[in-house]
Amino acid sequence: MKKVYARPKTLRDAHLHYCPGCGHSIVHRLIAEVLDELNVREQAIGVPPAGCAVLAYDYLDIDMVEAPHGRGAAVATGIKRVRPENLVFSYQGDGDLAAIGTAETFHAANRGENITIFFINNAVYGMTGGQMAPTTLPGQKTTTSPAGRNTRRDGYPIKVCEVFALLGGTAYLERVAVNKPVAIRNAKKAIAKAFQYQMKNLGFSLVEILSPCPTNWKMNAVDACKWIDEIMSKEFPLGVIKDIKC
Amino acid sequence: MSGNNAIGEAAVLAGCTCYFGYPITPQNELPEYMARRLAEVPGGVFIQAESEIAAINMVLGASVAGARAMTSSSSPGISLKQEGISFLAAQELPAVIVNMMRGGPGLGNISPAQSDYFQATRGGGHGDYKIIVLGPASVQELADLTMLAFDLADMYRTPVMILGDGMIGQMMEPVTFRAKKKERHQVLHSDYILSGAKGRPARIIKSLILDPKEEEEHNWKLFRKYQRIEQQEVRYETFLLEDAALAVLAYGTAARIAKGAIKRLREEGLKVGMIRPITLWPFPVKIIQETAKDLHDFFVFEMSTGQMIEDVERALGGKARVHFYGRPGGVVPTPVELARIISRHYYQSQKRKK
Repeated sequence: MKKVYARPKTLRDAHLHYCPGCGHSIVHRLIAEVLDELNVREQAIGVPPAGCAVLAYDYLDIDMVEAPHGRGAAVATGIKRVRPENLVFSYQGDGDLAAIGTAETFHAANRGENITIFFINNAVYGMTGGQMAPTTLPGQKTTTSPAGRNTRRDGYPIKVCEVFALLGGTAYLERVAVNKPVAIRNAKKAIAKAFQYQMKNLGFSLVEILSPCPTNWKMNAVDACKWIDEIMSKEFPLGVIKDIKC
Repeated sequence: MSGNNAIGEAAVLAGCTCYFGYPITPQNELPEYMARRLAEVPGGVFIQAESEIAAINMVLGASVAGARAMTSSSSPGISLKQEGISFLAAQELPAVIVNMMRGGPGLGNISPAQSDYFQATRGGGHGDYKIIVLGPASVQELADLTMLAFDLADMYRTPVMILGDGMIGQMMEPVTFRAKKKERHQVLHSDYILSGAKGRPARIIKSLILDPKEEEEHNWKLFRKYQRIEQQEVRYETFLLEDAALAVLAYGTAARIAKGAIKRLREEGLKVGMIRPITLWPFPVKIIQETAKDLHDFFVFEMSTGQMIEDVERALGGKARVHFYGRPGGVVPTPVELARIISRHYYQSQKRKK
């Protein structure tokens, strides 16, 4: 019998700890598939964040080093400058990348570091229990914005791709989602493209991935996926935000 | 050559290929030197980072990728780096960090001070860890200890700090660079370096250990390493100690001033000697204890309100009198001033003996 679907070689045979309906497991799998398909698993060095995905090294069978909270882009910079022949990426959440690590990420992008960042945007701090994130939507209820995000008090959701598009060092920025099959296929293409841009030495690439967090959104998995379509992607429109080759 | 430049040249000669830093006085000559010098080194990497925090994390990345990497700063900047230093210690990654101390706390000033001794010798960041701390007292020693720092960092897979001050960094003195004693592979087990999982299992460098039992074991493992360092890496200098009735304890710039003061006092017939710790951690406990068998008065001089004195008192365990003179805030007393203070304590202790 012909095998048409199997575990990617780069994905370890482990039980993922993520909540039911969480997008991390899908993104892990996509990264593993792409590394296999591009045949670059042996060149890859990953930098997981502080956050739900810190245990990514238990799932992705590649060299990995944990960064302090928010410092993924700086750690990846150090690795890539020493080993330009390796494929270096960091994997970061919205609090990690757009709050505590804003400076590191912004400047790595501006220097045009030839690295790739996978930016999981789920509009909430996941691991710490659902606090307001820099990407929390206006009016969205979290444990630290119990009456909903008040933009007068808490500011506005940060649109990382749109901001980074203005920086000279960025080569490829795309926002995707992992809430339905067609979106997941697009997300995989974007992940592959980001890696390819790095392999061609074109500069900084970042894929922002809108990812469901049913636990902290207090929804079931189906509603969470719908929420991305109906609400979240209105604030964070999907698509290529910048591509220096277009 | 200035002290800051000597560190840079010694680092390059020791095989340092990566420097990451952020401008802060009084150490700017070092990043400026590295910006020029690393451009001549094959594979040399110089980045002026956007922050002290980014710089130390770039060091972490370069280190885990297998390069000899360093950063430098001065007191307020070193405070910012502490998160990264804690991670380097926990992940057992080698790195060299230079702190050219200035007056503090807060923004303080840019004058030489020794008020970061506690921060440096107690680890500095969160968690149960230590880093090796070297206290150079001349430009020559800055060069020698910089080269040693890279070897020690690799040997023990630990961050090493060079604890100087604004004076030693700016000072010009002749310096001879010794030939590199060891190649990196002679001191380093490289089986942790991330290079891509080619023909070997994937490597994971991490400090998150969720199981308390495993985290405890990791802490004890680090502790055993620190015990080995305490046994093997203590360095100090003694000066006119043999017949001394009073021993001065001072490090770095303070020790230079103390040496000048002691020379004057000797001319006047006062039997004063000195123990100069070169490694501030591990602290030279044994020589202090041995010295206390013959003499009972120790005089600690620091450019702070008194930090190293705690290590001296701990070493002595009440077995000798400890006198103290401290000048915080960036004030550097002259040898003449210091000689006057030491002689007062000397005569008081002589009187007490009678």
